[in-house]
Amino acid sequence: MISLALAYLRDRPLTTALNVALLAIAVAMLILLLQLGAQASERLERDGRDVDLVVGAKGSPLQLILSSVFHVDQPTGNVPFAALDLLRRDPSVARAVPLALGDNFRGYRIVGTDESFADLYQTRIAQGRGFDAPMEAVLGASVAAQTGARLGQMFIGSHGLTTDEDGDHGHENAPFTTVGILEPTGTVADRLILTPFESVWEVHGIKHDHDHDTDDDHDHDHGDDHEGDEHAHEGHDHAEEEEAASPFVGASGQSPRVLQARSRVLEQELTALLVTYRNASGAVRIPSLINRQTQMQSAVPAVETTRLLELIGASFDGIRLFAWLLTATGGLAIFVALLNMARSREGDLALLRVMGASRVQVVATVVMEGVITAALGAVLGWIAAHTLIALAKSNFATLADLGLTAWNIMPAEGFLLIGVVGIGALAALIPAWRVYKVDPARIMARI
Amino acid sequence: MELKVEEVGLSYGARPVLQNVSFTLEQQESALLLGPSGSGKSSLLNIICGLQTPDRGTVTLGTERVVSADGSANSDAVRRRSMGIIFQTLRLVSALSLKANLLLAQKIQNGAHDPNLVQETLDRLGIADRANARPFELSQGEAQRAAIARALVVKPTLLIADEPTSALDAANAERAAQLLLDVARNAGASLLVATHDQRLNALFARTMTLDNGRLAA
Repeated sequence: MISLALAYLRDRPLTTALNVALLAIAVAMLILLLQLGAQASERLERDGRDVDLVVGAKGSPLQLILSSVFHVDQPTGNVPFAALDLLRRDPSVARAVPLALGDNFRGYRIVGTDESFADLYQTRIAQGRGFDAPMEAVLGASVAAQTGARLGQMFIGSHGLTTDEDGDHGHENAPFTTVGILEPTGTVADRLILTPFESVWEVHGIKHDHDHDTDDDHDHDHGDDHEGDEHAHEGHDHAEEEEAASPFVGASGQSPRVLQARSRVLEQELTALLVTYRNASGAVRIPSLINRQTQMQSAVPAVETTRLLELIGASFDGIRLFAWLLTATGGLAIFVALLNMARSREGDLALLRVMGASRVQVVATVVMEGVITAALGAVLGWIAAHTLIALAKSNFATLADLGLTAWNIMPAEGFLLIGVVGIGALAALIPAWRVYKVDPARIMARI
Repeated sequence: MELKVEEVGLSYGARPVLQNVSFTLEQQESALLLGPSGSGKSSLLNIICGLQTPDRGTVTLGTERVVSADGSANSDAVRRRSMGIIFQTLRLVSALSLKANLLLAQKIQNGAHDPNLVQETLDRLGIADRANARPFELSQGEAQRAAIARALVVKPTLLIADEPTSALDAANAERAAQLLLDVARNAGASLLVATHDQRLNALFARTMTLDNGRLAA
């Protein structure tokens, strides 16, 4: 009966193709929504898991979170290096991870940080070792795989956070050396190049001590006289940098940074700090401390992520409703096709009964047509959705940066496909009932 | 396998269509059921095939009840197992090729395909070269033989044909009837042909006439 149902479907190829296409489009939309929604929220949750607060320059809190936690947007600006010490000395802070952004290598962000980053993302070295000195770099697993980098290889970072930024140029004077490659973590760390934050200063010609923990360190400039260079860290201009230089406004109301700026000397700065609280009191006190008493801002990843998902979710709901309407239309199209078939094919159905096919067998033929049409649409839609994700991922760097996975099959997809096939079966029920009532003797008398 | 029709009666409202019809068709016997249009031939064939329930009487094939007025028979199963039925217009499933139709008939009636028998039957009926043709691509004569082939490939013990020659000229009608007699004899099946075509009378050893729903021997 399946082969007969297939033969009938082949017998009216245009109708079958249209019905299949209608359902395939609907299923593709639903799968896309399911995948994008789930992967986005999973990714957001995973990357921000142990980050309770992000401290950065004033600006959009969402932008701060996107740039510092998910590494997909431009930073809001820079904060003074002193902010790191300020937070680390706070008893309510269990961990403060410094981030210094500004450069990329083949589109992968170079993140200046310290060993606390490894603690936050629980990274482990797969090859080589961790960084010990400026200009040493440890590559995330995806970066190593995509660039084919090996231990000991040197590379030059380009200014900016993406490969196609205006003014993209290399820092030939300050090459990085690959000293380690991380094991995959399934987090944003896979797509980052980690280096001591001093490297970022060095690349941009900012004076720094090689060892911040020692008193006998010596200042020197690695930047080939880069002081006063036109570019600095990503996402800020010098004026903004000057305003955001100090965590505290001076007693005179004028930031000491303003005075320093006049001398055109670049200060040691960070882009953001990822904070994990030691206790709940930190959640009450620290954000207000940052927002009210400094020129920095704090943003809570959980809040911003929820807001982002709500924004996306509202659009998703609209598209999802449209997709289900499309699915219902597909079901209706199958219903109409099968109803017409039940009328036009009475002779065939009577012949099947004459040959000894039971009513159930004849009805099964009709139901199979609905089910096969819906199943074809569902499978094609499923393939189309995942292929689209794969194509989008390979064509849009931002989606790749988000860690979108094309063939990450979700159990909900199975339920969705079963639901669509169920709609096909449901659409066949009334035509099948008409077929069930076919009286071969009466039809033969009429023919 | 013996076909026994016993005291079959059928009415449409107050109008009697069949009245107390009884006869027996012996195993491998061939018979012609003659009668003008409206005499009740088609209704009687439908009842014999188990497609219609009579108001009175029973039909038995061998030891199995094909149909009875009380509806106690398993008509589908008996028809599936034992009968090959040829209708004037209802010949083949439109979406399938001739060969696929024969295979489908085997699948439905015997539960399995027998491609060798299909090929052999097509060869015997002279339509092997049309095996892949769709029903609408067959000529009248080819379609007639295709219908016979479909009835034969299920190895029936009873072949029933309703007006198998109505659309054919005299020469072709005789040829078709002779073909039916030959294939039934070769298959070891009984044959019952219902027709209003008096020209076939001479070909059959036994003729029954149905007139106003009554059987005249």
